[in-house]
Amino acid sequence: MAKPMEEIKWQELEPGAVVREVGNAREYETGTWRSEKPVVNADECIHCGVCWLFCPDAAIHQMPDGHFEANLTYCKGCGICARECPVGCITMVAEEEE
Amino acid sequence: MGVRKGIEVSLAISEAVAQCNVDLIAAYPITPQTHIVEHLSEIVANGELDAEFVPVESEHSAMSVCCGSAAVGARTFTSTSSQGLALMSEIFIIASAMRLPVVMALANRSLSSPLSIWNDHTDTMLVRDAGWIQVFIENGQEAYDHMPWAFRVAEDPDVLLPVAVNIDGFILTHMIEPVEYIEDSVIKKYLPEFKYPIALHPDNPLSMGCFAMPELYTEAQKARDNAVVNSYSTIVKAWKEWEQLTGRSYHPIETYRADDADYCIVTMGSYGETAMEVVDMLREEGEKVGAVKIRLWRPFPFDDFYKAVLGKNHLVVIDRAISFGGPGGPVASELRSALYSKQGAPKVINYVAGLAGRDVSRHDFKNILLDAKEKVQRGEMEGYTLYGLRG
Repeated sequence: MAKPMEEIKWQELEPGAVVREVGNAREYETGTWRSEKPVVNADECIHCGVCWLFCPDAAIHQMPDGHFEANLTYCKGCGICARECPVGCITMVAEEEE
Repeated sequence: MGVRKGIEVSLAISEAVAQCNVDLIAAYPITPQTHIVEHLSEIVANGELDAEFVPVESEHSAMSVCCGSAAVGARTFTSTSSQGLALMSEIFIIASAMRLPVVMALANRSLSSPLSIWNDHTDTMLVRDAGWIQVFIENGQEAYDHMPWAFRVAEDPDVLLPVAVNIDGFILTHMIEPVEYIEDSVIKKYLPEFKYPIALHPDNPLSMGCFAMPELYTEAQKARDNAVVNSYSTIVKAWKEWEQLTGRSYHPIETYRADDADYCIVTMGSYGETAMEVVDMLREEGEKVGAVKIRLWRPFPFDDFYKAVLGKNHLVVIDRAISFGGPGGPVASELRSALYSKQGAPKVINYVAGLAGRDVSRHDFKNILLDAKEKVQRGEMEGYTLYGLRG
């Protein structure tokens, strides 16, 4: 967004609060919701992409060596990737208190 | 001027909508609205109107189709009633939030249960706070006139809001009345081409109805309220333009023989005509009575209302819906609230009458006025009275 949402005045909203800026959902960092994070064992990953396919937030990306990792800025820690991984190489690990 | 026809009001509404050259009609039949959409489907099927008629499977779908249609900048019409309005209420509210200028003929009918198909205002009060522009009309000519008017207001770049024209079910929809038709060329002049500034188009991508955090929701609601309030000037301007073309004038609040009236009957919709009749009748008997008719319900025309009633003594407000466990009928509650801090505010005596089509004649209006005078003498003006209740 052009400016942080907590600074936008009501007069500055488009009619119907339409959004013309493409892809600004990326500014909403849903990773803060997470209580568990997926940890991938890259040596066991078979590069099938099932986790990438199932991730409801499109938060999983393929790394240069071919294995998949979650982007923790957006991953909500739902655990679907760990549940669906056919070789069980993803483990959900509790986030530690800061 | 145009041709006068004796016609069922529902059919006159359909033909006015067709004259507005709508692009899309999506509707599901429900009594007493059925004749409106049935006749429109005939007009489209006969090739007299180049429009999409979408025979949806429910009212929820009807309003969803209407939203999609308006979102691409198509002139869009629907019509419903009662349970149909209740079913579409989820999307009905979204249409105004997303500033989609859909026009609806709302054939007012009671809500179940007990199941009833007859006329009152309980359906429209369900969506009172939905952010639509809402007007009430009194006869067939007004129903016809308010179709071009509704599109003219809804699609104005300064407004961009949906408009519901409230038409008393059966009492108006099924009456055969003389209606003066306005020539297509006049309507074309009155109603410019719809150019929707936030239309969905691949060349100019945008997202509608997005998610907002608590940091933005309040601002979005304020912007929405501001849009409804600001629509007032266009509403009045569109009535004035219509008057210049047809000679028929409309105002947010209309009064009848009210200048020196001690008691004013306040109505919305078709009861306004009965009120004028009873005022004439009682004036002949020497009673100082008048009528105040609320035409524009949202945005509520506070200044016009104050101008009409401040300095008067008594308002006898006839509601056609109940707020269960609430302070009175919805109209009287709002009027009492509007008058609370005003100098010279009249006393409000509230009656709920004519629920589910129970007939309310001039005689009944006279009884209501007599009862109101007794209540004033006894100082019992709070709450409301269900007129004609047995037991």
